[in-house]
Amino acid sequence: MNLGDNLRMAAGALRGARLRTGLMLLAMSIGVASVVLLTALGEGARRYVVNEFASLGTHLLIMLPGRNETTGGAPPLLGATPRDLTLDDALAMLRSQAILRVAPLTIGNAPVSHGGLSREVSVLGSTPELFPIRHLDIAQGDPLPAGDPTRGAAVAVLGSTLKQELFGHRHALGEWVRINDRRFRVIGILADSGESLGQDLGDMVIIPVASAQALFNTPGLFRVLIQARSLASIPAAQRAAREIIRARHDGEDDVTIITQDALLSTFDKILRALTFTVGGIAAISLVVAGILIMNVMLVSVSQRTAEIGLMKAVGAANRQILRLFLVESLLLAGAGAGTGLLLAAAGTAALRAAFPDFPLAAPTWAPLAAVTVALLAGLVFGLAPARRAARMDPVRALTGR
Amino acid sequence: MIELQAVERRFQVGDEIVHGLRGVSLSIADGDYLSIMGPSGSGKSTLLNILGLLDRPDAGHYRLEGTETTTQDEEARAGLRQHHIGFVFQAFHLIPRLTAAQNIALPMTLAGVAPAQRERRVAEVLQAMGLSDRARHTPNQLSGGQRQRVAIGRAIVMQPQVLLADEPTGNLDQHSGGEVIKVLEQLNDQGITLIVVTHDPAIGARARRRIRMLDGAIESDQ
Ligand SMILES: Nc1ncnc2c1ncn2[C@@H]1O[C@H](COP(=O)(O)OP(=O)(O)O)[C@@H](O)[C@H]1O
Ligand SMILES: [Mg+2]
Repeated sequence: MNLGDNLRMAAGALRGARLRTGLMLLAMSIGVASVVLLTALGEGARRYVVNEFASLGTHLLIMLPGRNETTGGAPPLLGATPRDLTLDDALAMLRSQAILRVAPLTIGNAPVSHGGLSREVSVLGSTPELFPIRHLDIAQGDPLPAGDPTRGAAVAVLGSTLKQELFGHRHALGEWVRINDRRFRVIGILADSGESLGQDLGDMVIIPVASAQALFNTPGLFRVLIQARSLASIPAAQRAAREIIRARHDGEDDVTIITQDALLSTFDKILRALTFTVGGIAAISLVVAGILIMNVMLVSVSQRTAEIGLMKAVGAANRQILRLFLVESLLLAGAGAGTGLLLAAAGTAALRAAFPDFPLAAPTWAPLAAVTVALLAGLVFGLAPARRAARMDPVRALTGR
Repeated sequence: MIELQAVERRFQVGDEIVHGLRGVSLSIADGDYLSIMGPSGSGKSTLLNILGLLDRPDAGHYRLEGTETTTQDEEARAGLRQHHIGFVFQAFHLIPRLTAAQNIALPMTLAGVAPAQRERRVAEVLQAMGLSDRARHTPNQLSGGQRQRVAIGRAIVMQPQVLLADEPTGNLDQHSGGEVIKVLEQLNDQGITLIVVTHDPAIGARARRRIRMLDGAIESDQ
């Protein structure tokens, strides 16, 4: 018997039991669709987090004052508060070959006003290096001026939201704003780049680091952002940064250094594992669908006993009967899987429409794996009914004994 | 040529052994026309099933066209059924979701005969059975006599040497039963070996060779 006839025959038998076939298709397609959709959600979450971290900057190391140690030892007796990270500490980093850029960072909150309008926003004190490190784009004007970072000019770069709130559609470049009680000239406006890890980049102002230190009267830095020369030089940059701090802090490297890539790869690993897990859990429903196929096929075999006997009487060998029923299970599983893929496509489209910002996308392996598992379930669970049909005694089958 | 030699068939029913056939020996020449009669439970169907290779003797020999069949494996026996034997049953055993033409084509479909050749042969058979205008009808759209003619068509579509009919008129009225017997006898006239199990003495008497069975054995052979 050729495959085309085999398929036609199996399809005919399935069409003959519409309700049963429909329910089986439903079960299988829900299984396949849930594998694809759940992995799409997992993969979406992974991409979301990866994008967020990538938007922080590339090859980034973040240095913060104080050691964040959880290992061993009693706490220091004299409750030694960590030494401040100073601007000079930050600038000293550039001595390392592994380090490309450094941006010191001071952060505070202050009212920013112009004319009669005033807003309380985050004030970032930094250097021009901040812009390339954090991928901040300038929409109008210039970033912070280059030059000696220890001398603070009275200039400011406004976030787009802040500019809008204070100036509306009016020209802001060259105008003066007041931060606390100091006057700053607006030299640039940030491009609208949305949010980064929960911080609204539009609702802030960036001023030279020395100006911010004076404004908030803090000699210490909040963070030092360090950009390594390449992905490969991140470990070297981290070591160099510690060396430099140790040399400058009387032999104590009392800083914490977080590498963005380490964080990123950890999240990446966790979320990949999560995606696999939810995919695997959803795949259980495929196995359940397979068991349903087995039951339905067993019922079908016992209802078609006479038909099986007849096929044997007209010359079908046991192997052929086995194949016929296996093809039927596989067809059922395959059609269910196909329907499931359509269902998943519809579900994905609906979710995308509902949450356009979420990068929902099933990983390529998900539909392949779902269909493979569905077909395997059809094959494995189709085997028992097919064997029962193949082993039937034709005389008994024909007489219904 | 069919040769049975001391064929035994026993069935286990609970603790008891039921003798379906006891030492049946029989040879049937090609092209012969036999009727098998006898009371219910005398072993007529069991004999026919063994002749048709649907069942295996517990002892004895069965040679079909010179081939010893009792030692053959299941696949070889299926092959012999496919090419040498046609079956007609009292209950027709048509597949309800297939049309008359598809039911007739079934043995060829299972045998993997190419569709074009299949169609030609099925048209021929439909014509011979007087069913050309019923090709696309499903069994429940056909009368009993028509259904049995479809079943006969299916039995001969592979052009077997032997045609076995187990009470082919048992589910039919007198008139359609007569028609069915006429069709079977026509096939015998064309050379097929015809073996008919029947309860009807009038039908049984038409055969050239008449066998009576009793209690699993051949009682008379005329
Ligand atoms: N599969 C079977 N299991 C048990 N007993 C059977 C089976 N097939 C036939 N028999 C018994 O064998 C005997 C002959 O049966 P059968 O050939 O069907 O008779 P007939 O067709 O002449 O009415 C009967 O006693 C019947 O009960
Ligand atoms: Mg009988």
